[in-house]
Amino acid sequence: MKRPLRIRVLLSGAPWSIFPAGGWSRLTDAFIFAAGIALLYGMVRVAQSWLGPFTPQVEISLSPTALPRYAAYSLGRITVAYGFSLVFTLMYGHIAAYNPKAERFMIPVLDVLQSIPVLSFLPGLMLAMVALFPHRQLGIELGAILLIFTGQVWNMAFSFYSSLKSIPREMRDTARIYRFSWWQNFTQVELPFATIGLVWNSMMSVAGGWFFLMACEMFVLGSRDFRLPGLGSYLQTAASAGDTPAILWGVGAMIIVIVLLDQLVWRPVIAWAEKFKVEQVQDRQAPRSWVLEILRRSVGLDRLRQQTVAPLGEWVALCLARKPAIQAPRPQRPEWKKWVVRGVGTAVIAAVLYAVAGAVLMMAGLDGSEIRQLLRAAGATFLRVNLALLLGAAWTVPAGVAIGLSPRLARVAQPVAQIAASVPATALFPVVLLAVVGAGGGLGVASILLLLLGTQWYILFNVIAGAIAIPTDLREAATIFRLTRRERWRNLLLPGIFPYLITGLVTASGGAWNASIVAEYFRFKGQTISTVGLGATISRATDIGNFHLLLAATCVMAAIVAVINRTVWRRLYALAETRFKLEI
Amino acid sequence: MSQPIIEARGLAKFFQQPEGGRIEVIAPTNLAIHPGTIVALLGPSGSGKSTLLRMLSGLARPSAGEVFWHGRPLDGYVPNVAIVFQSFALFPWLTVLENVEAPLRAAAIGAVERRKRALKMLDTVGLDGFETAYPKELSGGMKQRVGIARALVVEPEVLFMDEPFSSLDVLTAENLRGELLDLWLSNKIPTRTMFLVTHNIEEAVLLADRIIVLGRNPGRIRADFPIRLAQPRDRKSSDFVAVIDHTYKILTQPEVQDVQPSQAAGFGTPAPRLKFQMLPHARPGSIAGLLELLADRAGSDDLYHLADDLAMEVDDLLPIVEAAALLGFAKLAEGDTEITAEGRGFAEADILNRKVLFREAALKNVSILRQIDSVLRTKSDHTIQDELFRDILDKHFSEDEAQRQFETALHWGRYSEIFDYDSDSGRLFLPESTAEVGTPSPLSPEL
Repeated sequence: MKRPLRIRVLLSGAPWSIFPAGGWSRLTDAFIFAAGIALLYGMVRVAQSWLGPFTPQVEISLSPTALPRYAAYSLGRITVAYGFSLVFTLMYGHIAAYNPKAERFMIPVLDVLQSIPVLSFLPGLMLAMVALFPHRQLGIELGAILLIFTGQVWNMAFSFYSSLKSIPREMRDTARIYRFSWWQNFTQVELPFATIGLVWNSMMSVAGGWFFLMACEMFVLGSRDFRLPGLGSYLQTAASAGDTPAILWGVGAMIIVIVLLDQLVWRPVIAWAEKFKVEQVQDRQAPRSWVLEILRRSVGLDRLRQQTVAPLGEWVALCLARKPAIQAPRPQRPEWKKWVVRGVGTAVIAAVLYAVAGAVLMMAGLDGSEIRQLLRAAGATFLRVNLALLLGAAWTVPAGVAIGLSPRLARVAQPVAQIAASVPATALFPVVLLAVVGAGGGLGVASILLLLLGTQWYILFNVIAGAIAIPTDLREAATIFRLTRRERWRNLLLPGIFPYLITGLVTASGGAWNASIVAEYFRFKGQTISTVGLGATISRATDIGNFHLLLAATCVMAAIVAVINRTVWRRLYALAETRFKLEI
Repeated sequence: MSQPIIEARGLAKFFQQPEGGRIEVIAPTNLAIHPGTIVALLGPSGSGKSTLLRMLSGLARPSAGEVFWHGRPLDGYVPNVAIVFQSFALFPWLTVLENVEAPLRAAAIGAVERRKRALKMLDTVGLDGFETAYPKELSGGMKQRVGIARALVVEPEVLFMDEPFSSLDVLTAENLRGELLDLWLSNKIPTRTMFLVTHNIEEAVLLADRIIVLGRNPGRIRADFPIRLAQPRDRKSSDFVAVIDHTYKILTQPEVQDVQPSQAAGFGTPAPRLKFQMLPHARPGSIAGLLELLADRAGSDDLYHLADDLAMEVDDLLPIVEAAALLGFAKLAEGDTEITAEGRGFAEADILNRKVLFREAALKNVSILRQIDSVLRTKSDHTIQDELFRDILDKHFSEDEAQRQFETALHWGRYSEIFDYDSDSGRLFLPESTAEVGTPSPLSPEL
């Protein structure tokens, strides 16, 4: 499912005035240098821990002084997973965009993979990785990283692919007529053209990564209890122990990490990516970032670039230039290569068939009561997810429209909402649960709240964007015609935000199904709390090591998500694109 | 020097249809381009000008025939060419200097030499001082200067230009044309041939030593003649005006009369060899406007004047004139447009009667509308899915053109109330009143 990104509002306003121009370069250079060393130190420490001996049950310290270390560990996992995702994205997108044969199956595969509930991969992945590196912490770390990877890579790959597909023909012609090498084509045409889409999707993906990381840093598989030192395990341990100060410390640390990441990474990257906008005129309100200003102003960094990166880039470019003559007739592929390709293709198909057959055989072991249980659970989760969406839409639509239509309100509400939204819902699950159970509610109610927690933001931000996009003249017309409040909503506001609302709901729906795995089943203060649901079925199957039930439940969930996407959301989306598109 | 640089033999482009038919974009064409000339390729939109350029430059593969450069087949030979595009096609993330350096980088030229040559070229096109600017900071004219600098910096043997001045305002275009011509005449650039695609007749006559006129459906050479006026050319001289008039006449002469295929071909049985009637893309409102203007001017006028008075490009005016001619409201002869009796009647009628007259003319002359009308009348529910007609058009036109043809038919049919259309369901249906009585009713006052 294509998820066009329509959210383009984040923390704005930065402490500009603190850093006046000029006179600071030496100090900033020293600071940048120190930051570089700090980063290196952090990396070494993380690597040390990864290569250390295998300790599945790390004791999680609830002392606030341990938090920086845990934050660094979590950040390290996210970073490595993102690195993998980026490399995979560039390769997958490239092949899919340029090889029509591969494209025909690579894009549908992407579509299916996006709807698979990632968290149900967790047990299999962890067991495999631990088996692969039995004596090193690396195995379990890699498991977590791969899980995050599978959660964040698909929308990035899709974005890169569709960017490549939409490079204007004349830009491509230019590269061809002057015979750009593949490297020059990649660095001067393809990558720059795809940058903006990649940046926004990366932000979404990393936010999703936090969500999964918080969930998978601490989990139980049969008799084995896996724990990775990190923010997620800290919060879960704190909630389990009912230690309120520790919970507050943990949430605070989480927020600080998210805000720092936004200011130090995403803001500068967005401001930098501004130059890749393909537009004819200059935007007056270009995003800015104080970090980027400092980096750009740094003399030392500039010198470093001049002396290392620039000559290296030049050398690579010249080495690769004029090697492949684009005009030359395509050499016929040698016979043996064809056979290799065919052989590999056959092997892949055989492997997939074998795996599918294995899965079917495994699921054939389900008995009638299990199937009934599965269907009942699917029904319960279906109701719960849609109730959460409904509740989410019920408060976010009026709130989003109010914020979108009032610049004054937006200035106050948006930064607050953004910070709230950027805290991964899974980090808050233990806290919310503690509160709900304390108030005497069960997980049946709490899980809806948990789903809402994770998904409402997608809807809110899209509704805000939609309300902002409603043209002023239409709003003025509504005022002139004295439309009643009801007529106004019916004729202007709802149709106006409809495409955005649908985009938000599509994303929220996918997220909610996935979140049900962690929201319906919980280990808490030494006991297990659960409710009826597909997510709970998956979690319980994981817990007791019932793999055929786990497989069946995962397949059912993937199928439901895929079917809903195709039948409901895609149609609504098409409707939004044609009927409710504002074209003036 | 009589050896041509580029020679095309039997060059053709067509698209294979899934059903087995083919859509011809460019009919087999022979063409030779000699050094020392500026060649202008003129033609209405949809005549495949850009396709021809792309095949000659090696950007697109021909479906049939071959292109030779210096007598060697293009396949395997790397021609020294550059292209200037209408849309500039600059890389927005590179500075002006980096944009001009990009082709040199591709040619593996070292940094120092690269910079030297790029700066010199920027100086030549009058862009010194803008090296570090990004394209979006520049005006259209300046952007095209960068485009020209980027093309000339590789010292191309042939410079292809695809409507290079079309997206600039009149004065900027005039200025840039003059400067380019100066560069060429003063031999400041090593380029031996310039190949210019344009739809602007005056531009072609102003610059070119030779004009090739393309016709459409399928694209083919209709005329190919030298221009022997000395440079620089004076727009007001009688020789210049004579050449312009000559070119206009060629361009506006009615092309081969359309066969009326509707009855012969019928539905569902495609007859790909039979030429399908092609609708000129003009709105009923524009046609009415043109006829009113003609009626005001004693019924006839020169196309050149009309275009001039309306401040329109001939390329934009031509479809309107052709549409009027197709409907029998006007006649085209020797570059003059003459209103017919029907046309005069239409111009003088009121809004409601115009619809009746348009309807009569359309049903008499436009085969696709006649087809739609007869199908709608024979069906008991008087409604049909648009797919049927889209399919018919798809068999005769490229995908984009089929879409445009359908849209034009839709405009005409809706205006004259031959049918109505529900874009949500994609269904065509007879308007209520017509279904019963058979006369149009004033339902839609839209023009």
